[in-house]
Amino acid sequence: MNSQPSIKRAQFENVSLSFDTPKGILRVVDDVSYDIHDGDFIAVIGPSGCGKTTMMSMLAGFQKPTTGEVLFDGHPVKGPGPERGVIFQEYGVFPWLTVKENISFGLKLKANHVPVKEQNQICEHYLALMGLSDFANSYPKHLSGGMRQRLAIARAYAVKPQFLLMDEPFGALDAQTRANMQNLLLKVLASEGKTVMLITHSVEEAIYLASRIVVVTARPARIKEIIDVPFAYPRDESLQERPEFGELRSHIRELVMSEYRAQQAQMRPASFSE
Amino acid sequence: MNGSVARRFLLGLLPWVGAILLWYAVRWSGFVNVSLIPAPHQVAAKFVELLLHEGLLYDIFASTRRVFLGVMLGILVAVPVGFLLGWYRPARTFADPMINFFRALPPIALIPLVIVYFGVDEIAKLVILFYASFFAGVIVMYEGVSQITPLYIRVAQTLGAGEMEIFRKVIIPLTVPHILTALRVALGVAWATLVASELIAAQRGLGAMIQNASTYFLLDVIYVGIICIGCIALIMDTILRRISARLLVWQERAVA
Ligand SMILES: Nc1ncnc2c1ncn2[C@@H]1O[C@H](COP(=O)(O)OP(=O)(O)OP(=O)(O)O)[C@@H](O)[C@H]1O
Ligand SMILES: [Mg+2]
Repeated sequence: MNSQPSIKRAQFENVSLSFDTPKGILRVVDDVSYDIHDGDFIAVIGPSGCGKTTMMSMLAGFQKPTTGEVLFDGHPVKGPGPERGVIFQEYGVFPWLTVKENISFGLKLKANHVPVKEQNQICEHYLALMGLSDFANSYPKHLSGGMRQRLAIARAYAVKPQFLLMDEPFGALDAQTRANMQNLLLKVLASEGKTVMLITHSVEEAIYLASRIVVVTARPARIKEIIDVPFAYPRDESLQERPEFGELRSHIRELVMSEYRAQQAQMRPASFSE
Repeated sequence: MNGSVARRFLLGLLPWVGAILLWYAVRWSGFVNVSLIPAPHQVAAKFVELLLHEGLLYDIFASTRRVFLGVMLGILVAVPVGFLLGWYRPARTFADPMINFFRALPPIALIPLVIVYFGVDEIAKLVILFYASFFAGVIVMYEGVSQITPLYIRVAQTLGAGEMEIFRKVIIPLTVPHILTALRVALGVAWATLVASELIAAQRGLGAMIQNASTYFLLDVIYVGIICIGCIALIMDTILRRISARLLVWQERAVA
């Protein structure tokens, strides 16, 4: 996928970030450097609470690095923008809008220049794609967690951002829907050629979808290893049966597990240690 | 209509019937001097008499208008001020002690000063009601607005919303519930303050009627006045709750 030298879309350059908390300075991201090229699919994997969301939100433009720089298309990230679509871990569906209004929210914004005639069409398309047609006029309070997540995905896809930042976008879905969503994402990417940064807890998901996997350490997040996934696109589910898939999976699992253990050791309160 | 509506109506009626029975019971129990408690039917008769011959409707109108105007003006100012305080943390640290100071002052305590500065006309009563509604509303607004999570604004930004779009399409819908709550709280406070404001030598109004009646020890008139205030406040609150329910269908509520 990225065999020939391609354009750097996003760059983390010696990025560190600390939060000033009441209990003192909390170092969350520590000297992280890597590049995301045009057309890359980066999966970030690491233990809960290590700083993955924080890393992503610097690229999204919601947080500034304490030291180092995050660049997008060669310029330091100043704030959020529609060219970087974000699917938030907390979904963030607008409770005061119906399902359909949620999807068309982005389409109606001036910045996206979507003709009114097309808005409805795009809306219907994503409603059907995400299996939400029957709930088009319902408010989010009537949706299940998984449906809200699909709504958040639909809303982000609808404005067709070039760069997608996805924070555990399939976490609340059952295995079958999750597989559907993964295949759908691959299909969207094949036809629209996006660049993706995806945070996940699933090693299989990371291997199945990504072109590169960034394994990060327990907090503070440092890069443990960056793994090139050697499978060509288009991919389908048979990939997961291949022996190479299994080998890669056990290798990454090993890396991730060691960080989970490191984190467990870190988090166990002193009074609990025997 | 169906059975469940009728049942809810009856259920709502029951406590009122109970209250009237209790009222009679207290009179008949012999523990209190009967001349100090006019019977419900006497109060009802007085109500009709006042309505037909003494212009009770005008008193009701005068009071309702004062409350309405006072609350409207108070909330009109409280919404932007409360919004700014809730939105800009520095403004809040700056204004918080001041607001709490004035909020703690009971409006009644200010009446002598209001008489000095605003005289005894309509304007003086409005000032008191404005004061009461403003401080009640501003607190509700800024507590509510300061609890708006940045998540929705972030979502809108990543979808490409500009500042004005965020204000119109995200912040306003999130603020509406707080405006409605502020209105309801202010209405409650304003009715409570009404009698006090009409103590300022008002000729008409329910508070004035109660005040005059107390001079002549007309207990039944006092009862009529109190019940009228309660009923009007209840009606206003019901209307406001209906409007809220209509505007806020999207809200998740614990309804048993
Ligand atoms: N605004 C903040 N202020 C203080 N601490 C924060 C803030 N945001 C995050 N943190 C802390 O930073 C650490 C990393 O948070 P982050 O959300 O990036 O983790 P994560 O890797 O995304 O975890 P998860 O997989 O559970 O979503 C956590 O310990 C969290 O408590
Ligand atoms: Mg996270």
